[in-house]
Amino acid sequence: MSLYQQRRLTNIISMSLSVIATGIALAFLCWILWTLLRFGVPHLTLSAFTQNTPPPGSQGGLANAIVGSLILTVGGVLIGTPLGILAGTYLSEFGRGSRLAMVVRFVNDVLLSAPSIVIGVFVYEIMVRTMGHFSAYAGTVALALIVIPIVVRTSEDMLQLVSDTMREAAAALGAPQWKVITHIVYRAARPGILTGVLLAIARVSGETAPLLFTALNNQFWSMKLDQPIANLPVVIFQFAMSPYEDWQHLAWVGALIITFSILVLNIVARTFTRGRRPQA
Amino acid sequence: MMDTSTTTHLKRDRVRDSLFRGATRLSAATVFGLVMAIVIALAFGASLAFQKFGAGFLVSSEWNPVTEQFGAAAPIYGTLVTSAIAMLIGIPLSFGVALFITELSPVWLKRPIGTAVELLAAIPSIIYGMWGLFIFAPWFADNLQPWIQDKTGSLPGLRALFQGPPMGIGMFTAGLILAIMVIPYITAVIRDVFTIVPTELRESAYGLGATTWEVVWHVILPYTRIGVVGGIMLGLGRALGETMAVTFVIGNAQRISSSLFMPGNTISSALANEFTEAVGDTYTSSLLALGLILFMITFVVLAIARLLLGRIGGRI
Repeated sequence: MSLYQQRRLTNIISMSLSVIATGIALAFLCWILWTLLRFGVPHLTLSAFTQNTPPPGSQGGLANAIVGSLILTVGGVLIGTPLGILAGTYLSEFGRGSRLAMVVRFVNDVLLSAPSIVIGVFVYEIMVRTMGHFSAYAGTVALALIVIPIVVRTSEDMLQLVSDTMREAAAALGAPQWKVITHIVYRAARPGILTGVLLAIARVSGETAPLLFTALNNQFWSMKLDQPIANLPVVIFQFAMSPYEDWQHLAWVGALIITFSILVLNIVARTFTRGRRPQA
Repeated sequence: MMDTSTTTHLKRDRVRDSLFRGATRLSAATVFGLVMAIVIALAFGASLAFQKFGAGFLVSSEWNPVTEQFGAAAPIYGTLVTSAIAMLIGIPLSFGVALFITELSPVWLKRPIGTAVELLAAIPSIIYGMWGLFIFAPWFADNLQPWIQDKTGSLPGLRALFQGPPMGIGMFTAGLILAIMVIPYITAVIRDVFTIVPTELRESAYGLGATTWEVVWHVILPYTRIGVVGGIMLGLGRALGETMAVTFVIGNAQRISSSLFMPGNTISSALANEFTEAVGDTYTSSLLALGLILFMITFVVLAIARLLLGRIGGRI
């Protein structure tokens, strides 16, 4: 075989392997989504949304878990977003070269990559143990701790994409700095920041590990925030691991609901930045 | 009259400016404080275990809640082994996907395939776990496991790695699922660093008659090596801390087995299974010590990743 043929062959083989690798990755995505549809759809009935989680062996739904998940997610996002946006503002607007900004940027990355179960353990230590019982508050704080680093990161990135000439133009018109930031910079970066918040929502709505030790679960309809609260991920975990068939069916329904909501959120978040990306 | 209103305006703006600046700085400091609080709370909780078992905690594989003897070796071993498997399988796959998207794919296909691969990261880990336990593990036990054992049975070194009943669950399955989960993270970074390679470099290599593979292997990869390793480190950090997917499929056995097909444990799965049920201060403290070790490991991995990616960022 000539050197030329050998090189061509190497190229063809490696390129085919690359196509195969892509095929494998996509195949797993399809396999997982297909599994969810196959096991989730047959049991996806109206009662899944209207009835509470049942005791073993009887019919029921996921209403309390869905509402609980919504409460925890909204709570986590309400705490995490303002803090995250303000911290991101500091990093991009005030702190630029400062030492505090450098440290916070790094520490934020640490928080971003911290295993979520460690966050659960931390919140258990500081809240559940001191309060003496599991509660929706603790779950909310755990989720907020996951939201914060995501929002800090995306807001800083998006604010930095706003060109300095725009800031200078506003300042030249006599606008004070807070007005420049809140009226000009935020407005220009809004789609990007919104994307970050949506991605954070998508991320926390599937989080299970931190809720195991904080919000725990509740078999009943509960709106009390200082009590354990039902939530989809933990219900899915408990029901999937249970020997009861009814529970396992509900676990698949929950898995289907959660995954497809998250996929939709992700796709919506993407369309926000598409085309309307702030000018670099 | 005009002058005084302008001065009050200026004064008010100055107050608002400093208030706003203070609020942002306080928020930034809060992020810092939270991470410090996590470290302190974990270290404080873990101190009892470290006092009692000393450095032996890290090397002892005993885990006995009844006699209150605890050692972290088994979960640390499981964490490292599953992550190593995830990297061995996940890196080539991610590299292939990134290569396809940046070099091979027609332009109209880049976006949909890129999005699809990123959606792999959006699927919650508990879904990977359910799918792994109920769908993948049985399929793996029926189809792949006997085949692997058949092929490796005659090689003494490998036989020990893959022996045992084909149950479907175990450390290998956990590593395999982690490999799929890290693909989007590693692929994203490799894609990003591949696109910063100057077009002139690419084109001069092609102009000299290099094949696509030669361009990637001899030009693009050396140029982006540091960034690629940084991306791998980010993926590794994910794999080390992943909890729910692993908890479903690893089998949760507190022991070190030489075979990858045997059940094991990772730090995160031990925490997920035992933390709420732990009775007694020593038990809880030992689990907190595990959490602290996991946090430290991911911290080091992240620091390396940031260092490498930061360096390549300076070159853009």
